[in-house]
Amino acid sequence: MNRQVGSRFVAGHPPYAKLRCGLMLSVVALSIACQPQEAVVDSGQQAAAQAASTAGPANGAIARTAAGVPQLDGVWQAMSSANWDLEPHAARQGASEVLGAIAAVPPGLGVVEGGRIPYLPDALEQRDQNFANRRTEDPEAKCFRPGIPRATYMPQPFQIFQTDSEIFIAYQYAISSRSIYMQDHIDAPVDSWMGWSNGRWEGDTLVVEVTGLNGQTWLDRAGNFASANARVTERYTPEGQNHMWYEATIDDPTVFERPWTLSLMLHRVMDQPNPELLEFKCVEFAEELMYGHLSKAAVQSEGGTGNE
Amino acid sequence: MSNRSLAGAIGVLAAGALLVSAQLVAQSSDSEIPRTAAGKPNFQGHWSSATVTPLQRPQELADKEFFTPEEFAEYEAGRLVVTETEANTAGDVHYQLVDFGLDRSQNDRAVNLRTSIITAPADGRIPSTTPEAQAIAAERRAYSQEHAYDSASNRPLAERCITWGHNGAPMTPVGYNSNNQIIQTGDHLVFVQEMMQEPRIIPLDGRDRISAEIPQWFGSSRGHWEGDTIVVETTNYTGLTNRNITPTGKVTERFTMTGPDTVLYQFTVDDPKVWTSTWSGEYSMSRTEGPMFEYACHEGNYGLPNILSGIRAEEAAGLR
Repeated sequence: MNRQVGSRFVAGHPPYAKLRCGLMLSVVALSIACQPQEAVVDSGQQAAAQAASTAGPANGAIARTAAGVPQLDGVWQAMSSANWDLEPHAARQGASEVLGAIAAVPPGLGVVEGGRIPYLPDALEQRDQNFANRRTEDPEAKCFRPGIPRATYMPQPFQIFQTDSEIFIAYQYAISSRSIYMQDHIDAPVDSWMGWSNGRWEGDTLVVEVTGLNGQTWLDRAGNFASANARVTERYTPEGQNHMWYEATIDDPTVFERPWTLSLMLHRVMDQPNPELLEFKCVEFAEELMYGHLSKAAVQSEGGTGNE
Repeated sequence: MSNRSLAGAIGVLAAGALLVSAQLVAQSSDSEIPRTAAGKPNFQGHWSSATVTPLQRPQELADKEFFTPEEFAEYEAGRLVVTETEANTAGDVHYQLVDFGLDRSQNDRAVNLRTSIITAPADGRIPSTTPEAQAIAAERRAYSQEHAYDSASNRPLAERCITWGHNGAPMTPVGYNSNNQIIQTGDHLVFVQEMMQEPRIIPLDGRDRISAEIPQWFGSSRGHWEGDTIVVETTNYTGLTNRNITPTGKVTERFTMTGPDTVLYQFTVDDPKVWTSTWSGEYSMSRTEGPMFEYACHEGNYGLPNILSGIRAEEAAGLR
């Protein structure tokens, strides 16, 4: 990963247009990236007027709420290979040969700052064991809620609904959702799959502190994981109207040597004039994997009770 | 008095206090309705749909559409009795909703003097089904008699954590955890029921419907404002849920704030393939405190594999 993450966006209003040019140097669209319409306007009214006039495919100035913070509403999706494996990886055979190349893993440059996740030795063993058992043990295979940060880079869209008191995110995968509380922050009352999210604005960046995760989720299809002690700090920074830079710093001293950060770009879904989430209630697609051994047909063919 | 009964008694007392406040709320004027910057009623918040009013009017109340307030108080008190369970049993853990859930006696409840949620037909009951629907139902029953326990996909939708009967349009109250959350933006209303927790995302921007080729468990909704009321039309049903609304059926819902803490919810079900007439209903939701906790039904579904495993054990022992 050649991007420097974790330090590009700090509190306050960043020198935005300059940063975008710097970012785009790492890809190929320098000439587009530095067009004047990329500039971010700090005045709320002016920005809102610009946003209205640049609605559509152009990556214009970010829309703002009446309070002057970026308006993140819309349908977004990651295009990264992060959900296959957060770390740099070559293409490889998938967890099941049955589907041939359809289930093969596409290669990825990796999204982790420094390349590798800094596991403690025991945790690294656990990760490798997870990898070996991924066909049946990946919570995604079982249609379990993905947890944070994985929900953000599942290969399905999510939709943000922004209000002053909370920012609600609906994820198409497993029809999961969460509230990011922007007021009245409290500690997580109980552990859960999607955790407890307290949010705040630092300049144009939405910063979300996520705690109360139950430690039963994975971070990708390669068995990377964190425990119920994890504290995830997410940073959502709009880069124009149609892109959003996402960073998640995971602090979990029981699993990692030190806090580490993953980062990737989120893209506004624009395939239709009005994109929307559809229903991916995947329970029915996981039942054969999870409960097939308890079916009458399976038990009759094996001559057991399914309870062995 | 055991701790359990004490907790129950306190719950009922608290509910009594809430009832009084709900009555006061029902009398408050329209001008107190919270509004957005754009001047629209602001539905955002948490809402309880807990009620003792049954969906269909009981036979013994066949000719009575409304209770008097006194009759309602007596009726409600009778329906809020908390059933005791035997301590340290599985039933105690699973069904003691006062301690392990949110029993309706503990929920905020809006006053409803109606004797049924259904308002039309006039008898307060779901109309009779068509011969076509009866034939499909009979076929399903016959299959289920033979194969109900063959595999997970043969089990009821609620047991599989796919939908409860009260989910989607029309949304109806349940016996416990009748909690809901509304998120409202300039162009969307999102309605989340605690039980199953699938967010119903309702665009208010006049966009086209999705293709009829895409049936969904919760259907697909489109909403618009009519004055201060949000009207939602839902189509794209599967025909496979408990309500059996078919892919060509339609449900229309109306959300209206009748006070700062009360939302009147009205619905009409229109599906000539299933019912011989349309049917409608209404009830009020009462503002309640958040947050609503995660309802990870499938993730914690120990019941389904245990049921299948028990049946397989019975078969192996020659008991079935």
